[in-house]
Amino acid sequence: MSKLVKLKKGFDIKLAGKAEKKIEAFQPAQTFAIKPTDFVGMQRPKVIVNEGDTVKAGTPLMIDKKLDSVLYAAPVSGEVVEIKRGEKRKLLEIKIKADKEISYEAFEKYSESDLKSLSKAQATAAILKGGVWPQIIQRPYGIVANPEDEPKAIFISGFDSHPLAPDYGVLLKGQEKYFQAGINVLKKLTSGKVHLNLDQQSEVSPVYAGAQGVDVNKFSGPHPAGNVGVQIHHLDPMNKGEVAWTVNPYGVVQIGKLLLEGIYDASKVVAITGSEAKKAVYAKTFLGACVDKFTTGNTHSTNFRVVSGNVLTGERINADGYLGFYDHQLTLLPEGDYYEFMGWAKPTSTKLSFHRALGLLSFLSPNKDYVLDTNTRGEERAFVQTGVFEQVTPMDIFPVYLLKAIMAEDFDEMEELGIYEVIEEDLALCEFIDVSKHPVQEIVRKGIELIQYS
Amino acid sequence: MKFLRDLLDKQKPLFEKGGKFENLYYLYEAGETFMFSPNHTTSIKGTQVKDAIDLKRMMITVVVAMLPCLLFGMYNVGAQHFMAVGESAGFGEKFLLGLKLVLPLVLVSYTAGGIVEAVFAVIRKHPINEGFLVTGMLIPLVVPATMPLWQVALATIFAVIIAKEVFGGTGMNILNVAMTARAFLYFAYPAQISGDKVWTYLGDKVAVDGFSGATALSVAFQAGQTGETVSSALAAHNASIGDQLYSFANMFFGFIPGSIGETSALMALIGALILIATGVASWKIIVSGFAGTYIMGLIMNAFAVNEFMAMPAHYHLVMGGVAFGIVFMATDPVSAAHTETGKWVYGLLIGFLTVIIRVTNPAYPEGIMLAVLLMNVFAPLIDYYVVNANKKRRLQRATV
Repeated sequence: MSKLVKLKKGFDIKLAGKAEKKIEAFQPAQTFAIKPTDFVGMQRPKVIVNEGDTVKAGTPLMIDKKLDSVLYAAPVSGEVVEIKRGEKRKLLEIKIKADKEISYEAFEKYSESDLKSLSKAQATAAILKGGVWPQIIQRPYGIVANPEDEPKAIFISGFDSHPLAPDYGVLLKGQEKYFQAGINVLKKLTSGKVHLNLDQQSEVSPVYAGAQGVDVNKFSGPHPAGNVGVQIHHLDPMNKGEVAWTVNPYGVVQIGKLLLEGIYDASKVVAITGSEAKKAVYAKTFLGACVDKFTTGNTHSTNFRVVSGNVLTGERINADGYLGFYDHQLTLLPEGDYYEFMGWAKPTSTKLSFHRALGLLSFLSPNKDYVLDTNTRGEERAFVQTGVFEQVTPMDIFPVYLLKAIMAEDFDEMEELGIYEVIEEDLALCEFIDVSKHPVQEIVRKGIELIQYS
Repeated sequence: MKFLRDLLDKQKPLFEKGGKFENLYYLYEAGETFMFSPNHTTSIKGTQVKDAIDLKRMMITVVVAMLPCLLFGMYNVGAQHFMAVGESAGFGEKFLLGLKLVLPLVLVSYTAGGIVEAVFAVIRKHPINEGFLVTGMLIPLVVPATMPLWQVALATIFAVIIAKEVFGGTGMNILNVAMTARAFLYFAYPAQISGDKVWTYLGDKVAVDGFSGATALSVAFQAGQTGETVSSALAAHNASIGDQLYSFANMFFGFIPGSIGETSALMALIGALILIATGVASWKIIVSGFAGTYIMGLIMNAFAVNEFMAMPAHYHLVMGGVAFGIVFMATDPVSAAHTETGKWVYGLLIGFLTVIIRVTNPAYPEGIMLAVLLMNVFAPLIDYYVVNANKKRRLQRATV
């Protein structure tokens, strides 16, 4: 039973610097890192290797003491060169200097017919052991799933609708076999359905075309139509006490590859995007790669920001920082650390706005690609405007009421208003369009943590 | 602009933490951000780029939408004066007189309110909110040009403190601040804001024989008491001056006595168009507000027991402050209903209540002021039911 869901609410932030659909060869990255901070909700990370150890791709590097069955594996083989800690010895990065030739830990291999007869316990054990489990995310909360849970369904969003998002057709080219194998394995993990949600507005990319054993649903509309949280809301919404899992298509492929080939393959294609990028293209690398080879000499100016991920949910990293665990995209943006004389009053057609207040002319050219910098365009104020967050949230939720409930730390109210149905990315557009410049995503995470640990 | 920037940068350390005037930081901030939008950049995590809008721009949009009302109001103050004293005058003369009378009111309102805002910003350590740009303009527009300046100042101070700051400042207030100021004036100094004498500025001149300064509403109200039909009462009014002062067209265009900004329904509609086109005010409140007024006017017609009740419903839309009140007061996002469904109900009830108060209360003829204040109080209740419906849907889903 597949569904077609047409969403009207939302907003596409059209930016300059879309990646050209070709894979360009860059110098390979020298170092790779796993960052515990990429895993929201990880409470007590513990490193299980030492500086100087040699590891293979798939060797466990760390665990979360609160969920110690989940292993976090080395993306490449090489030497652990640094275990970087911050204040109060907080674990920040585990850095590996990569070998020229990657060698892999050998895990058990299954044939395609073996997969069919796999039990849930076997499938879980294989995924855990092979270090791919962190690809499975749990709703509510948006944290790494607990293997002991029984999810009511598994949701895969087959497309990314974020600004300048990469095309999964390019990212996963030629991985059909592994994608299908991944789905077959995921089906063992739930008694419910596995949903594959595709973009109604574009052609089905070959990697999904032959997918079997899944419920294919189609979504149309502006961003956040590609957000798995929005999709869940329309297919089978989260209620209190329920658990569902979500997996990125890349994770599905990784799972498939692990079981079919017996290796932890962390190679990935990333899109280098943004108006600052001289060459906005796709590049082949591995998970957690140092981004210096993509950024040096590839920017138009010197005052730029490197964002791991997209402009709505991404994280600023250094020009020689490391790609986030779940990210398939780098966005290079001009920094906005300048004053602008009477900036609040000037008419402008070069700055994008969802609004049409006096002098904001971007609504006149809806198809233009904008160059946006990181300036906040104003200061934080109290909530004043009403009714606009709803226009970019295609869910039956009152975002401002939910945010206020979180700020007031009112647990009952948060539950009743739908805290279980959202994570940061689902309300990220609210943060973008907010007149009063609230840190909406930060507030959402605070609410989730309050509920999670209550 | 470099000079200005340098000057600001030089003073900045004085106002920052540890500086000599650190207590006054938010005053400095207000001045600085007014001249230059800040150099803040987005944080490490979260949205890396931001929409070009900010609160200043949104508020200034409302101020611009009020300008037609203000400018026309200035002209009309002059026009009414010369008509009442029986002199003819050119457009410029009329406008200048109006300017001379209205500008001090605007300045006093901005100054008095601005001082209160600044004092609270310093004591409570919160930024000065741009919302006052709007409030400061609204207050002079809802009083007659003859209003004593000190009363305007007092009302502004009262409203900003009691209606806003005691609740925690902008965004937390329950009542519309400008409407509260007007209500304060209405109940504290009724002699200066009600009756027939206050709406037209006479200065030291004497009005022509037969002149009555009564507003259209009060003429209609009187008709209700005497049994004359409203339309003939309006037609007969000020017949000595010549023109039919209270023709429907005059009331629509606003060439009638009244509070400075509220006489012209047309100017309010132009403001409404600006607000709706820019998306700053809720079109739902505006549409449902007018609809509510008209519908209740029709209902009153159906059950008319006196001539005021029998007055054609569309007259309600152009008389008094309905148009201005619905467009600029009811749509204040903070004190209105916050949910979209709620906004329909809220606007509709404002319209209903305005006409009910107008027609059925024996004391005074205008209703929009109390209707807006009353619905401000009820808006959270409306939202409560809308939000509760959402919660119930969620709960039902879980238990099915």
